[in-house]
Amino acid sequence: MYKYDSYDQQMVDARVDEFRDQVERRLAGKLTEDQFKPLRLMNGLYLQLHAYMLRVAVPYGTLSGAQMHILADIADKYDRGYGHFTTRQNIQYNWIKLEDAPDLMADLAAVEMHAIQTSGNCIRNISSDHFAGAAADELVDPRPYAELLRQWSSFHPEFMYLPRKFKIAVIASDTDRAAMRLHDIGIQIVEQNGELGAAFYVGGGMGRTPMIAPRIRDFVPLDQLVTYSEACLRVYNRHGRRDNKYKARIKILVHEMGAEEYTRQVEEEFAHLLDEGIEPPLAELERIKTYFEDPAFEAGAKSIDRSDPDFALWVERNTVRHKHDSYVSAVISLKPVGGIPGDATSAQMHLMADLAAQYSFDECRVMHTQNIVLPHVKIADLHTLWTALHEAGLGEPNLDQVGDIIACPGLDYCSLANARSIPISQQISERFAANGKGDTLGELKLKISGCINACGHHHAGHIGILGVDKKGVENYQLLLGGSEAEDASLAKITGPGFNEAGIVDAVETTADVYLREREDGERFLDTYRRIGMAPFKEALYG
Amino acid sequence: MVDSHSNPLGSSPDEVQFRFRDDDPVDHAQVTVDAFLEQSNSSAVRLEPGDDTQALIPHLERIALVEVNFPSFGDGRGYSSARTLREAGYTGELRAVGDVLIDQLSNMRRCGFDSFAPEIRLDEADAQAAFDRWPQHYQAGADTRRTIAQLRHE
Repeated sequence: MYKYDSYDQQMVDARVDEFRDQVERRLAGKLTEDQFKPLRLMNGLYLQLHAYMLRVAVPYGTLSGAQMHILADIADKYDRGYGHFTTRQNIQYNWIKLEDAPDLMADLAAVEMHAIQTSGNCIRNISSDHFAGAAADELVDPRPYAELLRQWSSFHPEFMYLPRKFKIAVIASDTDRAAMRLHDIGIQIVEQNGELGAAFYVGGGMGRTPMIAPRIRDFVPLDQLVTYSEACLRVYNRHGRRDNKYKARIKILVHEMGAEEYTRQVEEEFAHLLDEGIEPPLAELERIKTYFEDPAFEAGAKSIDRSDPDFALWVERNTVRHKHDSYVSAVISLKPVGGIPGDATSAQMHLMADLAAQYSFDECRVMHTQNIVLPHVKIADLHTLWTALHEAGLGEPNLDQVGDIIACPGLDYCSLANARSIPISQQISERFAANGKGDTLGELKLKISGCINACGHHHAGHIGILGVDKKGVENYQLLLGGSEAEDASLAKITGPGFNEAGIVDAVETTADVYLREREDGERFLDTYRRIGMAPFKEALYG
Repeated sequence: MVDSHSNPLGSSPDEVQFRFRDDDPVDHAQVTVDAFLEQSNSSAVRLEPGDDTQALIPHLERIALVEVNFPSFGDGRGYSSARTLREAGYTGELRAVGDVLIDQLSNMRRCGFDSFAPEIRLDEADAQAAFDRWPQHYQAGADTRRTIAQLRHE
């Protein structure tokens, strides 16, 4: 894992001092709320329906056990004993007091963490593959590149007041586990003629106008990665729309200007910036890489005793092949039946931290699907690990199953929401557990957003649900056929929306059509793509 | 906020609150980019957020002052304008005017601004603290300071 040196620590400490000073000036009336708002947002502090919400950055989703312990302590000390893991691999707390926020940030800084740029119209936390450094199919670990970009994007003097927020993901395998093409910039580390470089995809995103990013360059040499990123951002900062916040994301610029013209301008700016010498020395990337070297894997048992059926089911669903054949990556589901997706109590966080220390080289990951990964678990330790998780209610075997729902906080917390997401997700997971169909559906990614901003990724759900306000009543639209993976596609709306009870029935009806129509080995998404929308519409509205 | 159009000629040297230069400020009026490009022999130009900064590049030698207006502090185009000018070799005065506030000063400075004429005068102590806030920088800027990455590998 990356460790701060004195420079990184100085920067984060300076940020805490700066924010403390800003809060004091706000409370003293020297800053208006309009002037203060972007400053607090750039420190992760939102004003929600009931209280301030604080979003803490987890760079590329990687956390140490010690850091997870502090996240638990923060939940107890400043909040109500729980936190919410987010679709950007971060964690947020829902009940923070403004006066407490500087102390909270000082606590974070003490364990090399922060809440910098987790909101605001700036470059946000860089996300990555949650199995980075463990996945059997990756070319290299993508995280050193993400860390290089984290440093470049932190406190960037030119890009703090962009037209709109800006999200970057970095992956390094053909399998996309980070929704890379649904980011403002998606970067895939690739190999060309024996050299590593980066393919750039620019202008993807969800929100009210979902778009899949086009590739604008096949290969940027690694010693030009920062320079190329800077060129992409400068063209956006110069020309991105500022007249309408709903048209201000880079996807709109790339769409309206055309990918070709945008690319031409980026290339022109890039050629100019190459002469400016803004790229960190390549030695810096090499320095960062040393922090991401493999831990000391040991050869051990390669097969698993599956005689315990509950354990066997969890192994089948919640563990993933590792690049070392004596290890797996194990997913801790934060989606118990009827629970709030992504929520964890402080006790659960402490337990996950202890298990990471004991069984996964003190490392865990936050997934964009709001679960936690222990990336490097010895196969020999799996049963012991599972037993501990199972006893703590963290052993739900539902990775990528219908119960593994992504849901935004919705109208229960969020000031932007039109409808509640959490109760819908709870009812759906309860329905599919009670009728037993959940276990027969296989991979089915269900994603719920409580408003058009799409924080719950509904456009990318195999089944998506979008909550809207219909004359003062919550109404839910159903969408089918989305994917955030390497076969990225945008879900399409089935037809008229449903009320709260109706949407749960509609999801079951949709699942029934799949169960009736599926052919051997087909996932829900495959069947949908083969048979199209018509049979689903017929069952839903016919 | 003051309507920027009510003062089309920009700030006067008297309104400059912070200046990091030793030469004498330009004492004649700034003109718009269009006016400058069309006819003017003025050596002072005022850039609005939508203006094409790059259009000035062929004429930098005869410019002594570029005033970049921030009608709202949340519109960040002026930061890129500043860097574009500095990277093109502009060495004259680069003045941030308009909705210029304490918490944007240090980034403006790093982007190449060397004078500041805030619409509303800033608290001197707060401004000094803001200019001095950051011990180091991750990114290359318009100044000659070494980045953290360069310092690590000296």
